[in-house]
Amino acid sequence: MWEFIFKDNKDISGCGVSGIINVKGSLIPGDLIIKSITCQEERGNGLGAGFAGYGIYPDFKEFYALHVMAEDKNSLERFERFLFQQVKAIYHEPIPTRKVKTIKNPPIFKRYFVKLELEEQLPTEEEENKLIEMVMYINANLNGVYILSSGKNMGVFKGVGFPEEIAEFFKIDEYQAYIWTAHNRFPTNTPGWWGGAHPFSLLDWSIVHNGEISSYGTNKRYLELFGYKCTLLTDTEVVTYLLDLLIRRHKQPIKLACTALAPPFWMEIERLEEEEKNLLEALRIVYGGALLNGPFAIIFAYNGGIVGLTDRVKLRPLVVAKFEDFYYLASEEAAIRTICPNPELIWYPKAGEPVIIEMPMGTIPNQKSYA
Amino acid sequence: MKPINFSSFYPDFYVERLENKCIKCKICIKECTYEVHTWDEKKKILKEDHSKCVGCHRCEAMCPTNAIIIKRHPSQFREHHLWNPYFIKNIYKQADKGGVLLSSTGCDLPLKIYFDHLVIDACQVTNPPIDPLREPMELRTYIGSKPEKLEVEKTETGYKLKKALPPLIKLEMPIIFAGMSYGAISLHIHQGLARAAKELGILYNTGEGGLHSSLYEYKDHTIVQCASGRFGVNVDYLNAGVAIEIKIGQGAKPGIGGHLPGEKVNEEISKTRMIPLGTDALSPAPHHDIYSIEDLRGLIYALKEATEYKKPVFVKVAAVNNIAAIASGIVRAGADAVVIDGIRGGTGAAPTMFRQYVGIPIELAISAVDKRLREEGIRHKTTLIASGGIRCSADVVKAIALGADVVAIGTPLLIAVGCTLCQRCYTGKCPWGIATNNPELIKRLPPEVVYEKVYNLMNAWRSEIKEMLGAMGLNSIESLRSNRDKLRAIGLTKEEMEILEVKHAGE
Repeated sequence: MWEFIFKDNKDISGCGVSGIINVKGSLIPGDLIIKSITCQEERGNGLGAGFAGYGIYPDFKEFYALHVMAEDKNSLERFERFLFQQVKAIYHEPIPTRKVKTIKNPPIFKRYFVKLELEEQLPTEEEENKLIEMVMYINANLNGVYILSSGKNMGVFKGVGFPEEIAEFFKIDEYQAYIWTAHNRFPTNTPGWWGGAHPFSLLDWSIVHNGEISSYGTNKRYLELFGYKCTLLTDTEVVTYLLDLLIRRHKQPIKLACTALAPPFWMEIERLEEEEKNLLEALRIVYGGALLNGPFAIIFAYNGGIVGLTDRVKLRPLVVAKFEDFYYLASEEAAIRTICPNPELIWYPKAGEPVIIEMPMGTIPNQKSYA
Repeated sequence: MKPINFSSFYPDFYVERLENKCIKCKICIKECTYEVHTWDEKKKILKEDHSKCVGCHRCEAMCPTNAIIIKRHPSQFREHHLWNPYFIKNIYKQADKGGVLLSSTGCDLPLKIYFDHLVIDACQVTNPPIDPLREPMELRTYIGSKPEKLEVEKTETGYKLKKALPPLIKLEMPIIFAGMSYGAISLHIHQGLARAAKELGILYNTGEGGLHSSLYEYKDHTIVQCASGRFGVNVDYLNAGVAIEIKIGQGAKPGIGGHLPGEKVNEEISKTRMIPLGTDALSPAPHHDIYSIEDLRGLIYALKEATEYKKPVFVKVAAVNNIAAIASGIVRAGADAVVIDGIRGGTGAAPTMFRQYVGIPIELAISAVDKRLREEGIRHKTTLIASGGIRCSADVVKAIALGADVVAIGTPLLIAVGCTLCQRCYTGKCPWGIATNNPELIKRLPPEVVYEKVYNLMNAWRSEIKEMLGAMGLNSIESLRSNRDKLRAIGLTKEEMEILEVKHAGE
């Protein structure tokens, strides 16, 4: 039944986004992110919402947490037979859910805490590449199942409904995380498919996105050069892979990676000092295929940080605030003020200017830093 | 017995003179280089030999009283679908003279024009179109080899490049002027094109005829060509531009060399090409030092050595059946850009059989090459330049969306300076002063006029491309490259759509 989705047209949607980080690594109750995203009710139409939390599985922090969605029991069983040949699952269980009146016939959700069975210890990057390969293979080839997230000590919860319904369904209020992101979706042409909701996630990357990427065709083909297969036909998938390519594989500092996605105009580059000018010129030449053209505001997170970015002319909104050890990002100021009435700082980042908030190294287990 | 020329019996055109308007000023006699118009001193009337008229419309345009109309000759053969007049007349010509039929410009057959079966997307509601009058709209494009990833290092204030990029050429719009040799077209045209290229921040191409000394000042906007005849090629010439193009073939005549008829080889041209006065300049079909792809690599690196690795080397080929594999080989041989010329690519002189029947349309070639280079994971490291049949700015947009980085144009530039496409460039008698080196004729088209007309045309196309990009919600040309999602097909078969990687309108 899900096959038709992959053949459908590209997903187009407008949205609301929220994100919170505590840079000291203290845990933030799920209620806060629910309150922030439901404040932006008008930015969605009930066809998709979701949450990503980091630090939610401290007991399994050394294992990749696979959040899996299945169409039916048969698909799930087929998937498990495949999975258990590939990895060692230390623990697996259904993802706890509540009955929600408005949610009819939800898919089956399960989570698996796994590690790769390798003959020898591999460097982290290679091990992660293997995991990504497996996740991509499953998502592209196994019918009726879909891996929503696959990072350590994190997970994505998403589906078709308004944010409060999805939060209720997945019991988001019962989780605590040091980073939260959330999404409220307004798709215009997509069938109601749970996998199409945000956040989109790969490894510990997760991303929520408001926008439509006009350069989709260019970006998709550029990514294919590096072996990424865009199966979901969503812009968000493309953004995730681009970040993975630039930051994790090409080792670009996060600021430069963001600059490649939303670069300054040539006329701005011309005005810079020689060294910076050469750098940005080269960045645009080499990564022209990664330029995301069209309106977008995104919040992405990883084990250790959260980043907000808008397109090069800021056609979609993003606001950022700081209060003590907390940073807040959202589409609307109200979504921040509802959970943090008096921030120390509140600002609207300039077009294409990334907001990068990282925890100091050593704050959390398996921490990553790209700044 | 007096020889009979069947071909002279049936003129293509009919010169109608409106006697009530004609003032017998005889300008038509002076303007026509084919000697169509003559003055009968006895009868004091102007006469016309229809059989000599090539349909260039020069006399019609210059007649001060609009007394001349050039029409298709109304005389008709009995209808025959297979044996239409075109074939009948060609046979007469060959029976009369025993030679190879020659033509100029590109293929004129009604082959499917894929550009006309593709429509362009625009934004409505879900994302906003961008207004180029109010927002920046970027057309800048770089030609040359690019590394796969950037190496940067940390500095005190930020980051800097670890290693500079290989030589790249900056274009302010994704259009360059195609190779048209000095000799095939007049020096004035070259001078005008060079100046326009400089003003527009783009490139012109010397073609295979060497470089006239008056053009050395346009160095930063010059591509020098190295074709199989090696006319005018020496180390100064190779260093006289910003890039070198190895011309393997061209769309109008794949598989054969260039041909400049001796009629066009005057003193200046003989000097520039380093060939004797009045001789036919026939470049060989292959480069005699390139019989394989590894030989091409040899020449690419010989040219790079000669220019100290400071200039990108392009390789130009005609679009033929196996173009995808050929282009991939060229990139792997070390070329910094691949130039592909489709079957509609223009020429000053080509055997008619080649111009009409050899090669494939550029639209299909672009898509096939782009796809192949992507499959092989090398598309982003090179530059794909497409030419042959680009008529308007929408064609440019479509070519880029199909996978080209840059397009090269020739024929539109000549039309911009008055060419009426009579397709008789090979005679050297161009009455418009374009495809000729006759010192009297080239005065009809001074370099300033060429510059102005070409600049205007490019300025107009530039505005139109910006408008179309903005409507698609893009503000930078690189986001259009290979973006087939911005195109839809109308009236193409499944197979054609697969090759072009486009969906049908409505899908």
